[in-house]
Amino acid sequence: MPNIYTERNKLVIGKLSAAFPGSFALGDESSDIAVIHVDKQKLVGILMFLRDENDLQYNFLTTLCGMHYDDKNKLGVVYHLHSFSNNHRLRIKTETEITEPEIDSITSLWPSANWMERETFDFFGIQFAGHPNLTRILNVDDMQGFPLRKDFPLEDQTREDKDDSMFGR
Amino acid sequence: MAKEQDPDYWVRDFVKTKEPKEYNTLNVGPTHPATHGVFQNVMLMDGEFIVSTEQTIGYIHRAFEKIAERRPFYQVTPLTDRLNYCSAPLNNMGWHMTVEKLLGIQTPKRVDYLRIVVMELARIADHLICNSVIGVDSGALTGFTYLFQEREFIYEIYEEISGSRLTTNMGRIGGFERNFSQKAWDKIRYFLKTYPAKLDEFESLLARNRIFMDRTINVGSFEAEKALAYGFTGPNLRACGVDYDVRVMNPYCSYEDFEFIIPVGQNGDTYDRFMVRQEEMRQSLSIIEQALAKLDKMEDKETYFAPDPRFVLPPKEKVYNNMEALIWHFKIVMGETDIPAGEVYHSIEAANGELGFYLVSDGGRTASRLHFRRPCFIYYQAYPEMVKGTMLSDAILTMSSMNVIAGELDA
Repeated sequence: MPNIYTERNKLVIGKLSAAFPGSFALGDESSDIAVIHVDKQKLVGILMFLRDENDLQYNFLTTLCGMHYDDKNKLGVVYHLHSFSNNHRLRIKTETEITEPEIDSITSLWPSANWMERETFDFFGIQFAGHPNLTRILNVDDMQGFPLRKDFPLEDQTREDKDDSMFGR
Repeated sequence: MAKEQDPDYWVRDFVKTKEPKEYNTLNVGPTHPATHGVFQNVMLMDGEFIVSTEQTIGYIHRAFEKIAERRPFYQVTPLTDRLNYCSAPLNNMGWHMTVEKLLGIQTPKRVDYLRIVVMELARIADHLICNSVIGVDSGALTGFTYLFQEREFIYEIYEEISGSRLTTNMGRIGGFERNFSQKAWDKIRYFLKTYPAKLDEFESLLARNRIFMDRTINVGSFEAEKALAYGFTGPNLRACGVDYDVRVMNPYCSYEDFEFIIPVGQNGDTYDRFMVRQEEMRQSLSIIEQALAKLDKMEDKETYFAPDPRFVLPPKEKVYNNMEALIWHFKIVMGETDIPAGEVYHSIEAANGELGFYLVSDGGRTASRLHFRRPCFIYYQAYPEMVKGTMLSDAILTMSSMNVIAGELDA
């Protein structure tokens, strides 16, 4: 993989360090898009900064999705931002403890985050603080558990004749 | 024009009124013929006008993201078929390219061009359905019957290439499962020759038709600013006047070798979405023609996969006669090949917009997380805002012009 820390990435990192010192960390250099790990308390501030700052203008939220890091017992959310004017992408990651899964909602920044956050809540059980209507979206309302967490079995939980270890991982 | 004659004046007046009125609740869906898919809109109606809309989706949710965590990469391809099932090859190719990006496989130019031929055919098939269905929903069935024949022909081309029609499971990681047959090439060339006239005929039925224009111009319009905030991509965003196209912004699969125009609209209304799709079909035809010209110029007529033994099935004769090949065949089919740890995001310009695959691998035999960025799911949430205050029959047209595909919506 080519080195991702190009001029544009260095500019982003420089601006972020000036505005939010100590509340973010850089991710793995080997990934395809620059990764920035962000403190969940500063998430909305940093995303708003990235969106509105003159030279950056990451004004398009491409997608956001949940993650379950079962080895660290943590949940996370990954945001993909895209700056159309500079044609540059960023990947923002934030983590939260699984016992207290709360992350600030970014629906005030991008209305498109509304359903994506609902989907993330639906599948991972992450509570988005400040979301206008945080209910299940794809699964039935009275469902128990959060299906995309790693401890949720793929096969029907009530069946004993099927063992997940027989089907891969 | 006196303000009483302006239809918009009455629309807004109806919705603005705060007086107690008798509202009706109307269920559009989950199985309503006009939704063209399984999803529900509970509309609060003031006579013929929509006051508010409550959407319910998820009726055909099939847990693809969960299943994909248990399946080797090959077995994920059939899942992608069922996202936007009107243009399955696009999803297949997007997925294969994502895996290639993770594995660092470089595909030969010939494979790229073959893929582009298939992807643009799929784009035509998808746009053709959407546009002819806009006609059906406005009461003009004729165009639909004309163009459906052409979609049938595209499906025959898929059949020549991959053996199946709707959910194609086309291609492999690194290329295709076999070279295109002579019959496939003949069919593609025949399609290129005959389709433009059919498309023109279809357009002449609707584009300057007074009734169609009155039904679609300034109906369901959306501003560019709002469209961006709502995450619109693809023809719906371009109809609002934003020239964002993944093929040009982040070229993949050698799209940088091709000359084409990104058509954009002005008002972001139903008519613009229709016209943008019409023009995109013409551009797709021109891209296929360019690809055929490039392929003709190439001396190599045999390469159809990247020479990467990790993911390309060995030829059948070898599998039956050679131990090594049999082992590789088994390992590939069972997903026992080594995969590096890492994460990639790859997006392609699918028929509905930016179709993204966020693939996270921990080095196991399957993805540890796979997220699909489904364009429908993201832009359909703007629908209540688009139809607020309009009439029900216009809302139906708006929905069909947005091309909401239930498979992609629900994953």
